[in-house]
Amino acid sequence: MSLNISNLTIHHGAICAINSVSLAVPTGKLAAIIGSNGAGKTTLLRAISGLNKPSHGKMSWMGESILDEKPENLVRRGISHVSEGKSVIPELTVKENLELGAIWRRNKNELSSSLEQVVTTFPRLGERLSQRADTLSGGERQMLAIGRALMSKPQLLLLDEPSLGLAPLVVEQIFQKIHDLSTSMRITIVLVEQNAVGALKIADLGIVLNLGKVVAVDHADALMVNPAVRAAYLGY
Amino acid sequence: MQLLNTILIGITAGSIYSLMAIAFVLVWRSTRVVNFAQAGMALLSTYIGYEAVTRFGSFWIALPVAMLGGALFAALVEVILMRLLVKHASTGPIAAVAPIIATLGLLGLIRSVIAMIWGGQDLRILPPVSNMGFTLNGETLVFSPLKLLILIITLVLMALLSLLFQRTNLGLSLRASAYAPEISRLSGVHVDLIRTLGWALAGAAGAVAGIFQTVNGNGNFSPDSIEFALLLVSGFIAAVIGGLDSLLGAVIGGMFLGIVIAFVLIYVNTSLFFIVPFIILLIVLFIRPQGIIGARAGRRA
Repeated sequence: MSLNISNLTIHHGAICAINSVSLAVPTGKLAAIIGSNGAGKTTLLRAISGLNKPSHGKMSWMGESILDEKPENLVRRGISHVSEGKSVIPELTVKENLELGAIWRRNKNELSSSLEQVVTTFPRLGERLSQRADTLSGGERQMLAIGRALMSKPQLLLLDEPSLGLAPLVVEQIFQKIHDLSTSMRITIVLVEQNAVGALKIADLGIVLNLGKVVAVDHADALMVNPAVRAAYLGY
Repeated sequence: MQLLNTILIGITAGSIYSLMAIAFVLVWRSTRVVNFAQAGMALLSTYIGYEAVTRFGSFWIALPVAMLGGALFAALVEVILMRLLVKHASTGPIAAVAPIIATLGLLGLIRSVIAMIWGGQDLRILPPVSNMGFTLNGETLVFSPLKLLILIITLVLMALLSLLFQRTNLGLSLRASAYAPEISRLSGVHVDLIRTLGWALAGAAGAVAGIFQTVNGNGNFSPDSIEFALLLVSGFIAAVIGGLDSLLGAVIGGMFLGIVIAFVLIYVNTSLFFIVPFIILLIVLFIRPQGIIGARAGRRA
């Protein structure tokens, strides 16, 4: 079990956003966290990457605690977070956005091989390296955001709503890429999604969050046919 | 001939305003604070430069010493004062006002401390080269070897700064942290450190502006120097004209201000010295409130 969270509680002021959540994601697996608006999905993901400070509980990655660690240090320990809403810097070029992801890495040869790898994964980015990021389409921006995270050579990739605001066809492409990252590159992925059906289709493991609590954990395909989950979150 | 004179004087003064404007922009981009203490920091750096001149006898040692002193002091202010403020006044209307009040207070504090250490009387830094104007076709210009030197050093420093920002990883960190601190942290940038570095660079730029403003005038300075009040006003207004967010804008704003002031002083009336920058600011804000090369309206990230 590589990402381990036990009894995690997070408060936003007086509001308890995450209430004693425990979960585990094995190495190389893709876990989808689904749930309605305000369930605490984003809060939980931001806690794993160090952006939110939990009030209680434990978190560990590869057997070592990641509690009270800053995001800029966690990325050095292999945890990359793509935050909600196409997290790219519009004023910088595509290439600069990608270089930013690798800015803490020293080895120049590794850098160019990472850049090549990202460009192979997302050929559209390769064609637009010198353009400013704000000239990209929504789907391309999401690819750039994921590409930036890949430049940090992550072992654990945290993705917050990559499908947000994208056309269905583009969503399908993005989900396919995420699935590829999990299967071919063996990156452990935690995917937070409103698009529960799409997320569960590519995931190994599904976690349902409601009002800050875990209400169901199962294999993704088992969750897909679970009548209660279907009625509440999958809409069929 | 008078036209050439006016333009050259304007460009020299403008290059000094540009340095000061760059200092404002660097701090604004790092921490979203308008640092009114910048003039006090420049003044303190000038005193540090003065000490270096008296000890080592060389302007060329004094300038880098003043830059280093200015950088260290600015970094200390950011770490000790600004971080504390942000921690304790992070929400509500106070959060918007507190940093500005703090920098205004700091400006007064620096001047008092300077008066306590060095006294209130005029001190003097001699220019490294002559301030006697060049002679062209038998006529003596106001433009002098000193003004030429100021212009060259300023342009070289700006070129170095631009290289730093555009061509290095550190520059990428500085730009990224200014635009999107959270994404930068998630990418592994130590944003707190980068912010302090932004203040330090501003302190160094302000130090050069302070010393050049002094030697470009009559060489005298004191805690109440009107030269430094003018530097504060012009630097700030140049930064706003340039959009407050852009280094290139700061340079354009500074040059523009310097040239316009020179024209008004020489062709209209010298008593308009302090009013002209404000009138220019008002006109620019009416026509282009986002500044000459300001980012699109409403952007605050």
